[in-house]
Amino acid sequence: MAKNYETVIGLEVHVELATKTKIFCSCSTEFGGAPNTHTCPVCTGMPGSLPVLNKQVVEYAMAVGLATNCTITQNCKFDRKNYFYPDNPQNYQISQLYLPICRNGHVDIEVDGKEKAVRIHEIHMEEDAGKLIHDPVTDCSLVDFNRSGVPLIEIVSEPDMRSAEEVIAYLEKLRLIIQYLGASDCKLQEGSMRADVNLSVREYGSKEFGTRTEMKNLNSFKAIARAIEGETERQIDLLEEGKKVIQETRRWDDEEEYSYPMRSKEDAQDYRYFPDPDLVPVVISDEWLEDVRSRQPELRDDKMLRYEEEFGLPEYDIEILTGTKHLADLFEATNEIVKKPKEVSNWLMGETMRLVKEQDMDIDEISFSPKHLAALIQMIDKGEINRKVGKQVFEEVFKNDIEPAAYVEEHGLKSMNDEGALRATIEEIVAANPKSVEDYHAGKKKAIGFLVGQTMRATKGKADPGMVNQILKEILG
Amino acid sequence: MANVITDATIDYVGILAKLELSEEEKEQAKKDMANMLDYIDMLNELDTDGVEPMSHVFPVHNVFREDVVVNGDTRDKILKNAPEKKDGSFMVPKTVD
Amino acid sequence: MSLFNMTAVELGKKIKAGEISVAQACQAALEQIKATEKELNCYVKVLDENQIMERAAKVQAQIDAGELTGPLAGVPVAIKDNMCTEGITTTCSSKILYNFNPTFSSEAVLNLERAGAVILGKTNMDEFAMGSTTETSYFGETKNPWNTEHVPGGSSGGSAAAVAAGECFYALGSDTGGSIRQPASFCGIVGMKPTYGTVSRYGLIAYGSSLDQIGPMTKDVTDCAAVLETIASYDSKDSTSFRREDYDFTSALVDDVKGLKIGIPKDYFGDGLDPEVRDAVLKAVKVLEEKGAIVEEFNLTMVPYAIPAYYVIASAEASSNLSRFDGVKYGYRSEDFNGLHNMYKKTRSEGFGAEVKRRIMLGSFVLSSGYYDAYYLKALRTKALIKQEFDQAFQKYDIIIGPAAPTTAPKLGASLSDPLKMYLGDIYTISVNLAGLPGISVPCGRDKQGLPIGIQMLADCFHEKTLIRAAYSYEQARGAFDVCPAQKGVD
Repeated sequence: MAKNYETVIGLEVHVELATKTKIFCSCSTEFGGAPNTHTCPVCTGMPGSLPVLNKQVVEYAMAVGLATNCTITQNCKFDRKNYFYPDNPQNYQISQLYLPICRNGHVDIEVDGKEKAVRIHEIHMEEDAGKLIHDPVTDCSLVDFNRSGVPLIEIVSEPDMRSAEEVIAYLEKLRLIIQYLGASDCKLQEGSMRADVNLSVREYGSKEFGTRTEMKNLNSFKAIARAIEGETERQIDLLEEGKKVIQETRRWDDEEEYSYPMRSKEDAQDYRYFPDPDLVPVVISDEWLEDVRSRQPELRDDKMLRYEEEFGLPEYDIEILTGTKHLADLFEATNEIVKKPKEVSNWLMGETMRLVKEQDMDIDEISFSPKHLAALIQMIDKGEINRKVGKQVFEEVFKNDIEPAAYVEEHGLKSMNDEGALRATIEEIVAANPKSVEDYHAGKKKAIGFLVGQTMRATKGKADPGMVNQILKEILG
Repeated sequence: MANVITDATIDYVGILAKLELSEEEKEQAKKDMANMLDYIDMLNELDTDGVEPMSHVFPVHNVFREDVVVNGDTRDKILKNAPEKKDGSFMVPKTVD
Repeated sequence: MSLFNMTAVELGKKIKAGEISVAQACQAALEQIKATEKELNCYVKVLDENQIMERAAKVQAQIDAGELTGPLAGVPVAIKDNMCTEGITTTCSSKILYNFNPTFSSEAVLNLERAGAVILGKTNMDEFAMGSTTETSYFGETKNPWNTEHVPGGSSGGSAAAVAAGECFYALGSDTGGSIRQPASFCGIVGMKPTYGTVSRYGLIAYGSSLDQIGPMTKDVTDCAAVLETIASYDSKDSTSFRREDYDFTSALVDDVKGLKIGIPKDYFGDGLDPEVRDAVLKAVKVLEEKGAIVEEFNLTMVPYAIPAYYVIASAEASSNLSRFDGVKYGYRSEDFNGLHNMYKKTRSEGFGAEVKRRIMLGSFVLSSGYYDAYYLKALRTKALIKQEFDQAFQKYDIIIGPAAPTTAPKLGASLSDPLKMYLGDIYTISVNLAGLPGISVPCGRDKQGLPIGIQMLADCFHEKTLIRAAYSYEQARGAFDVCPAQKGVD
């Protein structure tokens, strides 16, 4: 490659808002549900139906805008985006083109120690489309409108990113902010957060932008990174061969690690946007804006400060615990009960994260209840079980959210706390292992470990190692 | 200044509106649209500089709904008029993506 | 007076007094339908007699129990076929909705039913309300009951003809560019379009969303006020519904126009206006003047620009509103197609008539890339100027008067060949929709051929009461209007 190319990337991120109802009707947004069981005349485009805007959608959009340093458009409206597709019941999508609710914001990211601001061009509200499933039996498509009308915000960035790392950092930051606001759970795998990548290449130093393509169907951060690499290569190859990059939408196939052009001749991509006559403008007064601003929940940076001041946790712990809202929530809820921040932190950063990695999970998928972890911690504290048993029980809590007390009872895992019985067992062990006793008295301190081990075996691991050590030392002298 | 509507324009509009016209219909459509647009060009006589485009006649704004689930499962009703359906879904010729 | 000739309100009183039963009222309408419907074709669908009688019995029971006490309880009504009626096919007189059975009813219809109305059937219209003659209906044209060689007007031609012919006691129509007022004038009945936002649009199958309104089509102004009072309501399901301060329109049925300031736009009385229509309207104005109204001519210069602005806006909105008709969720689906997009094209091309296709194409064009500013935005700016002009006019005048149409009802088959000429016929009614004003058409005479002429009165937004008072006063002075020939020979 003779020339040095730079990749220029902009992102369009769609986020499904965590409202209870859809944007223009009172149908539930609950995930799952048999096809078309969360529908009504409005979200299925029945003739004569009319949209009515969900106020919560506006407030979430405002919150996200404020948290990303945007200017809120205090007089905004909805426009119709017209195109034909079966997942779109009216064959127009209600969106915002001319006056989106937020504009000109930015998100700060850090890659390889370098800080950078990724500018946000605009954020707008719109409705989601339904789902299409291919039916192999009839070779037809089946349309489910449960998702039709679910509220979305679309966050459009400026083409400020230059690498996959920057893109991932940006997405992670956005996700963090939005999760913290409670506006969405931002799960890429579930589709509550979707990213379309706009990518072009140009020679380093060039001021002009190259022709860009849009890539869709990117379902994980890894897929996004691969897609960026693949498309960069494809475009550079084309240019090196003297060919032109065609502006088009491409579908990324993560298995083949290649992208395919999507749009056919049947779609002119002329959306004929015009203001929706069925909806009236949204006017956001200064008071309302201030009200939303004041109700903003604690964002990550503030949480980090508070954890330092209130709990005195080390920076490393704080970084990880506040790294996702879910983990922070788990921490706070568990600590609320046991009031031992470092202990809770250790369990979350230690065993929990270990299991997360082992199961190749996303932190958001952690599903055990804080009260069960709290109960476990309390049991260990009281000496009802030892730490080793504790870890065993925790794995069950993590996987199946069992109630620790019941589980311990059922499996007979209670610590052997009867000192008399323990002493008796230890005396037996000592009597049965004269060689080890001799070694110990000869100065081989490690010999006690063997005796401890034997005791643990004899008690089926239920004795408290600390107590065993103590008693042994007493007996051995 | 007369508007001339070409076949290409009618074809393009046909794609946008999902309408397929026969050759005769196309000829008539070209004439009709050209006539209409000539007539509509009359609006250019009006000086509308500085006039805000008015979408709604009344300055009503902020009509909202509370975020409360009211609708239940009305699948049977929703599917009642479907020309083709299967497994509780509307059935259409297969989509490409 | 025979049951048959009664107005809705008169009938309602008799029913309430127990002198006439609901069943009798329905029978009377059904008999007339039997006599004239075959020729006139006012209805797309008349409900099954048993269904009607069942409903009549229910309503009668509620009246007897004192549960229904309103003026329209038990009175049979016809509903234009673009308003959803649960369980009753609603077609918009289009092939593409030929079998559509709504799962809910329009708010306006629900309001009528709550007041004890008995629905006789769904009336014929221009397909998707696009037209001025009811000739674009998929279910055949409706004939004017005054002279069956002529059109009844449109798009609410079926409703107008049904009222004129006595095939119902009153009807609901819809008005986007004059579709209630013009057919009312052609058929010698009263028709009113309320202020935009007064009657809920929920359940009205949309044509031009920023212009559509449902309104009464009745035998006289008293009925009109009573019907309006019943169907008007604030509806939270319609974001454009206006929460009005008062709904007691019948309180305006007062015979008094002393000091009422009437403006006559000079621009309404220029070329193109049939001299007989002009004379009839001016004569009616004189009547009001003699009753104490103050009449003055003025300039309404925006008049000619209303039509192009209207057609840009209405067709743009329609092109989008009608996109949902695609053979996927309801209605007609083509039998013979190859793939998804072909199904869309074939279904819509086969399912829509020529006028609808024309307007969808025009609408798509004026919104398309490169033309949006020049056409759509320009039209919206024009609309703002039109509203401004009316606002200024209504600072001086209480009522503006003009004809409802430049001619009386044209002959069947005479209009469709020149769409542009047909559009020009909307000149008096169209700006009213653009400005959201209330307007009413009241019969004021007949031409040499015997065809009815209507006088149109407009008031400022939310001033229906002024309108009703003026119309009522005129009607009182005018006296009884001639009886439509279709009604003679029955009873």
